[in-house]
Amino acid sequence: MAKPRPPSSPLPVYDPVDRGFLDARGKLIDVAAFLDRVERHGKLLDYRVRALQGALKKLSVHKQNSARTAAVLRSFSDPTSAPARRAGSPATGAWKK
Amino acid sequence: MRYIEPHAHMISRVTDDYERMALAGCRAICEPAFWAGFDRSSAESFRDYFLQLTEYEPRRAGRHGLRHYSWLCVNPKEAEDVGFAREVLKIIPEFLDKPNVLGIGEIGLNKNTRNELLILDEHLGLAEKHNSLVLVHTPHLEDKLKGTRLILDAVRNFKKIAPNRVMIDHVEEHTVSEVLARGHWAGLTLYPVSKCSVPRAADILETCGAERLWVNSACDWGASDPLAPPKLGLELHARGHSWAAVDRVLFRNPQEFLRQGGKFAVEE
Repeated sequence: MAKPRPPSSPLPVYDPVDRGFLDARGKLIDVAAFLDRVERHGKLLDYRVRALQGALKKLSVHKQNSARTAAVLRSFSDPTSAPARRAGSPATGAWKK
Repeated sequence: MRYIEPHAHMISRVTDDYERMALAGCRAICEPAFWAGFDRSSAESFRDYFLQLTEYEPRRAGRHGLRHYSWLCVNPKEAEDVGFAREVLKIIPEFLDKPNVLGIGEIGLNKNTRNELLILDEHLGLAEKHNSLVLVHTPHLEDKLKGTRLILDAVRNFKKIAPNRVMIDHVEEHTVSEVLARGHWAGLTLYPVSKCSVPRAADILETCGAERLWVNSACDWGASDPLAPPKLGLELHARGHSWAAVDRVLFRNPQEFLRQGGKFAVEE
């Protein structure tokens, strides 16, 4: 059997910015457009929108290892610890005090 | 690329999905019992559902060369009705000895209620009694962090259930470390909107390592992608991870967890 040779056609080196910037840029513009739309409809004070605006502040942290994703997820989360008495309404994605 | 799909709700998918999954390298599918999108009118409906999971779906999967295994329970959403859930719990032991039933799942919490916790405890008692593997669903949105912590505390009360025989599924960046720290396995669910995306799952694997982690699509009747696990494989490889590393995440890790129950087997 012939000895295996390394591939002669190299794969590009992974660059997360090259690969993800346009996607992230597009998603951020969608968020901006969403907030503009919500404002036009007078819904800026909705608790979910306020939670979203609070979460956006987590993106501006520039410390090393700032774990922005976990911080954003925590900012939307129910901070209480006791079980609920009953199921109530479906989850919305943002905790309502 | 080969992979095991450890969490898919194939009763909600068309037969073409089985073919596409087989073409993408899937070797076996594991299907947990779940909420069908509506509440069943009687506990006997679950007997039919369990027959569908343990007899009909394995035949449908088998036509494409795919092994099909299942997990049984009453899902957390319908567990809110305690009396109803207890009727279903009485049916489950009839099926647990079947060779393609892996254990109890997906149990857990939906809205983190007292009733859901009560039925979670009773499921864990059943798993302890039958020495079953356990697959746990965690809530999806703002309830996830709290629900995960309630679940971890509930599981800890069952001393005879080894932590490494419990899979806590649907972890995200804010819950994965707590789950792994308790000695459990953690599942990353690749879902377009409410769970984890393919790039985020790759990030979690890069930051937490691959030990005691599996990935799944949890494809069901909602917007979901049965081919998400192999897409994660492509993402990892594009980032420079070896095919051996991809194989560990997509094939060897789920195989390692599932083999603990003594029933799961798949061709290498």
